[in-house]
Amino acid sequence: MAKKRVVSTTINGNQTEFLCEPRQTLLEVLRDTLNLTGAKEGCSNGNCGACTVLVDGRPVDSCLVLAVEIEGADLETIEGVACSEALHPVQQCYLENAALQCGICTPGFIMSTKALLDENSSPSEDDIRFYLAGNLCRCTGYDKIVRAVQDSAELMASNGIDGVQIDR
Amino acid sequence: MATADVDTAQTNGNGKYKVIGTRPIRHDGVDKVTGRALYGADVKLSGMLHAAMLRSPHAHANIKSIDTSKAEALPGVRAVVTNADLPEVGDRIAELGEGAVNLRHLSCNVLAGPKVLYKGHAIAAVAAENIHIAKEAVGLIDVEYELLPPVLDVREAMEDSAPILNDDVRTDTMGELGNTPTNIAAHFRYEKGDIEKGFAEAKVVVEREFDTATVHQGYIEPHNATALWNKDGHITVWTSTQGTFSVRQQVAELVNVPLSKVKVIPMEIGGGFGGKISVYLQPVAALLSKKSGQAVKLIMDRSAVFEATGPTPGSYIRVKMGVDAGGKITAAEAYLAYEAGGYPGSPINPGCMCIFACYDVPNGKIDGFDVCVNKPRTNAYRAPGATNAAFAAETVIDEICDELGICPVEFRLNNASKEGTRRVDGVEYPVIGMADTVEAIKSSAHWQSNLEGPNRGRGVASGFWFNCGLKSAATATVNADGSVSLIEGSTDIGGSRASLAMQLAETLGIAAEDVNPAVVDTDSVGYTDVTGGSRVTFATGIAAYEAGMDIRRQMIARAAEIWDVDADQVRYEDGTIIGPESSYTFKELAELVIKTGDPVTGRGASSAANQGGAFGTHCVDVEVDPDLGKVKILRYTIAQDCGTAIHPSYVEGQMQGGAVQGIGWALNEEYFYGDDGSMHNASYLDYRIPTCYDVPMIETIIVEVPDPEHPFGVRGVGEVPIVPPPAAIANAINNAIGVQMTELPMSPPRVVHEILKKNS
Repeated sequence: MAKKRVVSTTINGNQTEFLCEPRQTLLEVLRDTLNLTGAKEGCSNGNCGACTVLVDGRPVDSCLVLAVEIEGADLETIEGVACSEALHPVQQCYLENAALQCGICTPGFIMSTKALLDENSSPSEDDIRFYLAGNLCRCTGYDKIVRAVQDSAELMASNGIDGVQIDR
Repeated sequence: MATADVDTAQTNGNGKYKVIGTRPIRHDGVDKVTGRALYGADVKLSGMLHAAMLRSPHAHANIKSIDTSKAEALPGVRAVVTNADLPEVGDRIAELGEGAVNLRHLSCNVLAGPKVLYKGHAIAAVAAENIHIAKEAVGLIDVEYELLPPVLDVREAMEDSAPILNDDVRTDTMGELGNTPTNIAAHFRYEKGDIEKGFAEAKVVVEREFDTATVHQGYIEPHNATALWNKDGHITVWTSTQGTFSVRQQVAELVNVPLSKVKVIPMEIGGGFGGKISVYLQPVAALLSKKSGQAVKLIMDRSAVFEATGPTPGSYIRVKMGVDAGGKITAAEAYLAYEAGGYPGSPINPGCMCIFACYDVPNGKIDGFDVCVNKPRTNAYRAPGATNAAFAAETVIDEICDELGICPVEFRLNNASKEGTRRVDGVEYPVIGMADTVEAIKSSAHWQSNLEGPNRGRGVASGFWFNCGLKSAATATVNADGSVSLIEGSTDIGGSRASLAMQLAETLGIAAEDVNPAVVDTDSVGYTDVTGGSRVTFATGIAAYEAGMDIRRQMIARAAEIWDVDADQVRYEDGTIIGPESSYTFKELAELVIKTGDPVTGRGASSAANQGGAFGTHCVDVEVDPDLGKVKILRYTIAQDCGTAIHPSYVEGQMQGGAVQGIGWALNEEYFYGDDGSMHNASYLDYRIPTCYDVPMIETIIVEVPDPEHPFGVRGVGEVPIVPPPAAIANAINNAIGVQMTELPMSPPRVVHEILKKNS
């Protein structure tokens, strides 16, 4: 077995170093080494999008990236989306629209939604459906997810990315 | 002490509720949008080992020998198990709440022996220090197989010359067992009236044959189990499941320990749709833990999920229906053969009971066959058996409507089952909303709109699902701040914490946010059947309601004690406890509870109540590409009788999600098999469930015909929306291009094939 390597990266704004084997995927290291289990494993071959994280702002399937590849990268996971006091507008809109049922795909969808809205602040329904086609949901039929993304775009247009306090 | 007036809580009727019908944020919502919710794969325990599974590369073979010595010798490996480690469970049948199972078949499905019956069948498992070592060790296990010919098609498997999968299977014909080994595990028959007389009265008789492919539930979270077999003989299992008590029973039976030695802790569940009731990994993880002395985590990979769990049966169906000049059904006959997979147990019986359930059929005959083939042992999938059947019956109806020149919506209204209608299988309906759903479609903006353009068509279809009651328990404790903790055992697969908390809140006259629902382990709540059969919001809802009524009684008694009056002088109204001279709000009395006596804990349960059944009618517009055979869904509307919608957003979500699963089943999902019985598309990319780019918004019309069996009129909503889509889409395709599809999925090659056939 190859020796472990040290990888330096920024995760959710924090400078982080970790040890990993060269064969370990980013998803495995996030979940098993760094205790960031919000990224989910649905297929391990990039088909389902449940493990989506943002690497330098781009959505990637963390099951398809080796952990050693993110040396020097800026990584954002679902754990870093809400600020300490409040939810991100995207999270809030997913909740208000009941855009989740079982919730296993939700972290991946929220990361992809965030990336979409960073690229295109007022996407059409077709833009949304095309962009999110790499994230699979088997529960909702996507209707309420698309509406959540539309609402997120509106909320962010009026409020920016200021968090929303949730009364729960 | 006199019992007070507590039986006048809200009854049926819309617009009279304060909490029911509103759309609060679900209680587990923040955890699920922040990544904090813990699912089965997120379990971490001290010293936990990781396990991997060896699976059969063959679809049908005798296992001559298994040599695990090289795997055991690999550094880092702690335990290896095979079928030899499972105790002999004998030929017993275990009742698992929603269906019975032959324990020997279940045991052999968990770890194969002496045969493998499908590719992917589990053979051995290895626990090691990490998953990489476990996987490496799996590759070191030597298995000697004697290959046998596989049989994959249901009709071939029924022939006398077919290879026999299980030498202990005899045909069960309504309780009578056959004498010789066979793949036909059961034959059901239902008859009503005089079928020949009925067909003689018909003006039009149409008979058609249908084939539907094997499809999978497709939940995004793979199966998982973590188990600790402790030194005191107690087994703890952390798993995502639709039924903790069902897992407890299956594990206890399969590893042969008393029920009391097994505790199942429910993790959040990432989808199930019927596929996460049967155990696969839980007993194996327990055995590995026993052998290694450490906790063991076992997670399935996606290809194993496709190859070795689920699916729902492929089927062959023949339907013959006669209709008189007035558009009334005079007779209906069906023959259904469902693939059970490796072991008996397809949903053939519900398929038989559902096939004509939407209509008043005066003369009927239904034959159904449960048939073993070399595919994974089938499991429930959302209204199991009903979708296949509806595809056949509902498309025959449209062909008859075409011949008679009758509007398909009017036909359905004219023949709709209603209160008092007797199904072919003998059941007489209570209050149901079948006709109401057709009326709702008839008056919908969608049906009223014009559809224009070439190769475009509109179709409708209806569907039925029983829904069930079964057993649930709940307790609820009043906290000093006026909140209430609700303890229940129904694993929350799509928002049921919210729907149960809302029913308790409505009962007590408090806010949904003031109830804290918790789904707890098998040692911490009363027996609760599976999250299935569209039963949770109904039956666990009754348990929550009863727990609330129990709290009301106790709060009345407590207030009477404080005021020193008889309890019958105190009443509970809209969250206020009212005495002869003064009153308390719920919150005020809650604060006094601890100071004045025993804590107040309400108890509720449900077992006797059963549901009246759910109906839905769907309307769809499609556009067919005549060159490519691709079918695009342009518009989709669902009308469904939901009894009383507790949380309308999650009711709509069930309708939309079910319909999109049905759209996938209709248009592209199927297991592709090679002649050797290997599945060629065991990945999401190749199996291809619908993505959000494949479907439009799904319009929903909630019809409310309250079920009198439930205090608030709830009907289960989860399952029936998957039933109509394939038939509705087939009818729309026929309307668009004049081609009647009789095979599922109606994938581009099949549609093109039918177009070419028609044109030649």
